[in-house]
Amino acid sequence: MVKLQEQSIAIRKAGLGYNGKAILSGVDLEIAPGEIICLLGQNGAGKTTLFRTMLGFIAPVHGSVTLAGREVSRLSPSEIARIVSYVPQSYAMPFAYSVKDVVLFGRSAHLRLFAAPGSRDRRIAAECLDLLDIGHLASRPFNELSGGERQMVVIARALAQEARFMILDEPASNLDYGNQVRVIRKIRELAGRKIGILMATHHPDHAFMAASRVAVLSGGRLSHNGTPESTLTAETLRSLYGVEVDVFDTPQNGHASRRVCAPVVQ
Amino acid sequence: MKGVSLILICIAALVGVSLFSLGIGRYPVPPSAILSWMLTGGSADANLPVVLLGIRLPRLVAAIAAGGALSLSGAAYQGLFRNPMVSPDILGVSSGSGFGAALGILFSLPMAAVQAISFAGGITAVLAAVLVSRAIGRSSDSVLVLVLSGIVISSLFGALLSLLKYIADPLDKLPAITYWLMGSFADIRSGELGMAVAMVLAGAVPLLLLSWRLNVLSFGEEEARSLGLHTGRMRVAVIVSATLVTASMISVCGIIGWVGLVVPHISRFLAGANHRRLMPVSFLVGAAFMVAVDTVARSTASVEIPVGIITAVLGAPFFIWIMKRSTVRAW
Repeated sequence: MVKLQEQSIAIRKAGLGYNGKAILSGVDLEIAPGEIICLLGQNGAGKTTLFRTMLGFIAPVHGSVTLAGREVSRLSPSEIARIVSYVPQSYAMPFAYSVKDVVLFGRSAHLRLFAAPGSRDRRIAAECLDLLDIGHLASRPFNELSGGERQMVVIARALAQEARFMILDEPASNLDYGNQVRVIRKIRELAGRKIGILMATHHPDHAFMAASRVAVLSGGRLSHNGTPESTLTAETLRSLYGVEVDVFDTPQNGHASRRVCAPVVQ
Repeated sequence: MKGVSLILICIAALVGVSLFSLGIGRYPVPPSAILSWMLTGGSADANLPVVLLGIRLPRLVAAIAAGGALSLSGAAYQGLFRNPMVSPDILGVSSGSGFGAALGILFSLPMAAVQAISFAGGITAVLAAVLVSRAIGRSSDSVLVLVLSGIVISSLFGALLSLLKYIADPLDKLPAITYWLMGSFADIRSGELGMAVAMVLAGAVPLLLLSWRLNVLSFGEEEARSLGLHTGRMRVAVIVSATLVTASMISVCGIIGWVGLVVPHISRFLAGANHRRLMPVSFLVGAAFMVAVDTVARSTASVEIPVGIITAVLGAPFFIWIMKRSTVRAW
């Protein structure tokens, strides 16, 4: 049997930060294929620093960060891209690439330096579009899509990398309510295909909807790491966001009951 | 349009413009005579080979190389800096290379040295523009900051160029530098040209080979890296190649503005945003455009009009149109 660590992303007793100064310390986190970890924390808590370290943009100050059993600092960008894909926050793109092309760019890590994608890459890209139910957008210009469509395209591009892990930076922010739910549903489907997912979010409800585990960054460390139900209690949310929040289970209306949170506004 | 057929149409257009251009001048040659001379190698007119081979062909090759080089590097810079408003002239590459080449002319250096100094000047200028824009900061509008930094560097090298003109010998060097600065293919000599064309090829081939990856790079540093690109190496390769093609043509035919900005936009309109198609189409459209402009330059008036003047007169209104269009939709 393969050791668990060889199939996972593992951060061990790591200090993460810039120029030798750790802004996060004592971080222990492991992501296995098929699980969804929601990463919560206020702005500036270090979510981006954690992502940048896992993607190999910056080296850990101390401790170890391994992707599929190999130290991330020893891996080349294309090796990293074949293990973990990244879905950044939505942004403006100056050039009018077609959706098909944007998803094909996800194949870069599998191509030689001077090569362009071949028929196999095209087939994979088309499959990824279909998997996210956006096959009909294939010929549209990417920068003319709505925010929700664009987010799906970038997820399809990450999927085309055929990596075992996916990191998503607030995939549901800046989307309208329906699109938020659609994106979360798709992320659950991806986890069902044995992709390990780490997603940052500002909505504890997203964690209740999708996460198998919740990790909370606060005070320069990983303060919580557990199931959504045990971690996201009224007290934790109050201390994390500074507002009163009711946490309760929905009644059973023909589908399973689910934990939700509702901020107190009076 | 499909990539291959579009490229074939562009090649056909370039060949057509070139044949037309070869026939035009003080000594008109009908296209049929050119074709039969090319196919059979013989001609009833003894002057024809002299006019074509000795005078018009080198000039045609220079115009093709210069138009292609400036447009290709313009498209590359725009993709690399994810900024549709930059070009060799706006980034300061043209004035940096121009300053280097003028320095070489001033000291009557051999052609190889002029090219080397010109390249050094161009690289210095583009790196300075990038460093200045980084120092000013990322928080503000990065498209505008890079354009403004380029303009600053460009005017700095422009001032240094004026200094060279000021101290140049007014009877000999000053007219040479001044006329060369306006951009012209009139003084092309085959020896210089061969070397410049070799340098253009040395830069253009890697740019064309890397064109697919340039797409990925245009998503920005971190995103490109997360997609598996060695972004640092790619950036260096693209900047060195694009500057090489620009500088090597500038050192033989002077500063020809606007082409590197305008042609990639026309080409994007024809070929779409994907650099795999955009880059070869930019080269071909730029080459055809420059051949047409040079034909106008040498045949409309009794004296020759510097091509740089014509491209500026055409480019300025086009740029205004681009800016107006850009507020409506993305490129």
